Amino acid sequence: MTETVSHEEGQEARPAGKGLMHYLAGHMREYGLLFALIAIMIFFQIVTGGTLMRPINITNLVLQNSYIVIMALGMLIVIVGGNIDLSVGSVMGFIGALAAVMIVNWEVPVFWTILACLAMGLVIGAAQGYWVAYWAIPSFIVTLAGMLVFRGLSLWLLEGQSVGPFPRSFQSLSTGFIPDVFGVDRPNVTALAVGIVCVAVIVWAGLRKRARNAEYGIEDEPLPFFVVRNLIVAGAFMFLVYKLSTFRGLPNVLITMGILFIVYAFVTEQTTLGRRIYALGGNRKAAKLSGIATERLTFLTFVNMGFLAALAGLVFAARLNTATPKAGFALELDVIAAVFIGGASMSGGVGKIVGAVVGAFIMGVMNNGMSIMGIGIDYQQVIKGLVLLAAVIFDVYNKQKQG
Amino acid sequence: MSALLEMRGITKTFPGVKALDQVNLEVREGEIHALVGENGAGKSTLMKVLSGVYPHGSYEGDILYAGNPAEFGGIADSEREGIIIIHQELALVPLLSIAENIFLGNERATSGVMNWHETYRRSEELLRRVGLKDAPGTLVDKIGVGKQQLVEIAKALSKEVRLLILDEPTAALSEGDSQALLDLILELKTQGVTSIIISHKLNEVRRVADTITVIRDGSTVSTIDARGQEVTEDRIVRDMVGRDMSQRYPERTRHAGEMLFEVADWQVTHPEHADRLVVHDVGFNVRAGEVVGIAGLMGSGRTELAMSLFGRSYGRNISGEAKIRGKPADLSTVARAIDAGLAYVTEDRKELGLILDETIRTNITLSHLDGVSRTGVLNEAEETKVAEKYRKAMGIRTPSVMQRVVNLSGGNQQKVVLSKWLFANPDMLILDEPTRGIDVGAKYEIYNLINELSAEGRGVLMISSEMPELLGMCDRIYVMNEGTFVGELDAAEASQERIMSLIVTD
Repeated sequence: MTETVSHEEGQEARPAGKGLMHYLAGHMREYGLLFALIAIMIFFQIVTGGTLMRPINITNLVLQNSYIVIMALGMLIVIVGGNIDLSVGSVMGFIGALAAVMIVNWEVPVFWTILACLAMGLVIGAAQGYWVAYWAIPSFIVTLAGMLVFRGLSLWLLEGQSVGPFPRSFQSLSTGFIPDVFGVDRPNVTALAVGIVCVAVIVWAGLRKRARNAEYGIEDEPLPFFVVRNLIVAGAFMFLVYKLSTFRGLPNVLITMGILFIVYAFVTEQTTLGRRIYALGGNRKAAKLSGIATERLTFLTFVNMGFLAALAGLVFAARLNTATPKAGFALELDVIAAVFIGGASMSGGVGKIVGAVVGAFIMGVMNNGMSIMGIGIDYQQVIKGLVLLAAVIFDVYNKQKQG
Repeated sequence: MSALLEMRGITKTFPGVKALDQVNLEVREGEIHALVGENGAGKSTLMKVLSGVYPHGSYEGDILYAGNPAEFGGIADSEREGIIIIHQELALVPLLSIAENIFLGNERATSGVMNWHETYRRSEELLRRVGLKDAPGTLVDKIGVGKQQLVEIAKALSKEVRLLILDEPTAALSEGDSQALLDLILELKTQGVTSIIISHKLNEVRRVADTITVIRDGSTVSTIDARGQEVTEDRIVRDMVGRDMSQRYPERTRHAGEMLFEVADWQVTHPEHADRLVVHDVGFNVRAGEVVGIAGLMGSGRTELAMSLFGRSYGRNISGEAKIRGKPADLSTVARAIDAGLAYVTEDRKELGLILDETIRTNITLSHLDGVSRTGVLNEAEETKVAEKYRKAMGIRTPSVMQRVVNLSGGNQQKVVLSKWLFANPDMLILDEPTRGIDVGAKYEIYNLINELSAEGRGVLMISSEMPELLGMCDRIYVMNEGTFVGELDAAEASQERIMSLIVTD
């Protein structure tokens, strides 16, 4: 049998990843995102005269962005699946309002309120996902309708007033801290211990994956990159944990976020469910012809989004200690922006949980930094808009260059 | 009559394939010239060269039009000269009116403001010329395919057409509409419009053509003068298919075993038009170890049949009976069809078969993720092992299974699709155009693979537009035309002539 090697195949034969620069060019996106976050933090640290990284501000950053991060997890999955959800800001506000009315006006116990609100999130997600998944109505339209409906329902529920305050137990969802079990308190040794364990796990998991990949000859990250990347991640992580430990320790909501992050990263990258969602977004028809239940999967991505929007609504209300009709207004845009800055593709099939989280923090640090600098909300919007555009242009440019 | 068009020594090469090789075509002023040949023979490519879709310089050879050398840089250039091509897939905007479609891109307007009076007046004139009685304001959506074809011709007439090219104009038309269309082309001839008509329907060709040019494998085989003499269909068919088939297919031994897959009374209606039967009264069977072919022209319903069998992926109101090893099989969803032991390799691998942006590894395991996971958690090491196994076994030429599929050549992509389905371990494979768009070497490897699969006792149903491929590979061949099977031939008795005549005389 004679082999005909076309010119295309000749190209394939060229081993990918010859040389460090070549590798870096091919993975610009992943490293770029991490360095962008670090660069932005350093920039604002300097221009705010050190205010950005004061322990109290770091704590604030976590609290301020927690609900964006929580919703970005769900939004990433919706977008990877090839859809979008414009209703999350309104749903978040509505759930906050529901929680306030239940606890303050109806005096329902906090525990049952939380349960009911999360269930309501699932129902809302299912109601919207049903039309998208089984009726093939564009998600843009269904969730645009949802955005209006739930904005209106919040107003109706609150009768146009702010409702609050909440009991302490509910507030601690957001503003509570993990006490120091070692009793030192400043610095909070529990926080430091958790930080060290996390870093150890990250490095260990990285090494294990590397070893496995090497076994099959599919590892292409050069060792220096691996070492430098892990040093930076570990260093930055420990630095932030140390800062937190010198204030009040680990916020409860950071633990919630951390657990959700691990669960969602695991589900998207290590399970068949996650793999099928990527396949669905990558090529819906091919996925369907491969036996994947594309409708049900689309439905589930929205149910999940509804759940996370509800959780974000509880966290947000707990943090403000009141529910207002304006809560969550235009927040869906911040969430969507975070996901796209994090490298997801509008057409679906591409994007990572870690990217969405980093994207959310890039937005969060910019918000926070610019506010400290006293930049007006007008310029803040302009700058955020340009950053989003730049990130996506960078993506498209990289893709074109790779061919 | 003098020559309106002369194409001399046209050669068009795509990477790795010579689509046209020294083709000559001469069309006289005022005649109807038929261009016939098998699917993939190069007819459409030749017409794209003529109309400037492939601009001057991207091919070799000369075009002489109305006595002058023509060097078209695009469709706009050839249209200016009065060469209008009407493609098989009509280029009409469904939600615009007939009049708006006729003047699309050529609007009756003064400095950008539509002159509706002029648009409707001229449209009415043109519609009268093509014999269409609908009002010019009717949405194209609301009229049938036959009338839409007439709108296309009216559009061509509005551009002062001198040479009208019709690519399979009657393929989607009913008998009555076809006759009306052919009459119109004859009528236009008397008004001085020269036509080139591409068609598979030889009875129609015989009826209208003054000259017939047969193209085979990218070369002109014969030019037949049909004026004043009877040209038999046999003669045309012989020219269309007559080629030797030495050593393009591996040796094959027959080993038909137990009855594997049986389908009876299969019927499918169009997903949007509930009154249109796309597949009707189809029954067939495949034994273990058999390779069975389905021959037929594009649009005969082969793909629709295959997709409707595979988890009802096409059509509505599907009825009929499917059995696997004598037991009724549940094929109602793709997942169930896969569980029942079926696999379907799609005709369009980029749109339907692969996730192009994903890696080879991800694509290979996609239809059988259970094979590389436990309780829903993927085992990436196992997954890599599986992908590596298929990379070696199938000879997918790539340095790593982590390569994205979009970067592979057509042949390697097809091997990835086949790997994906082999990993699902089916008993019965339906292969839809398995060698389309891949080079000769890779084709041979895929033929070998098909033989291996059947030797393992699997059944293979192979759909192909390339008749030599079916004849070279299959034990039996069903011939499909207009949604149903019109014949069944054993390998021993099958020939291209017999298949073709079953189709064209149906």
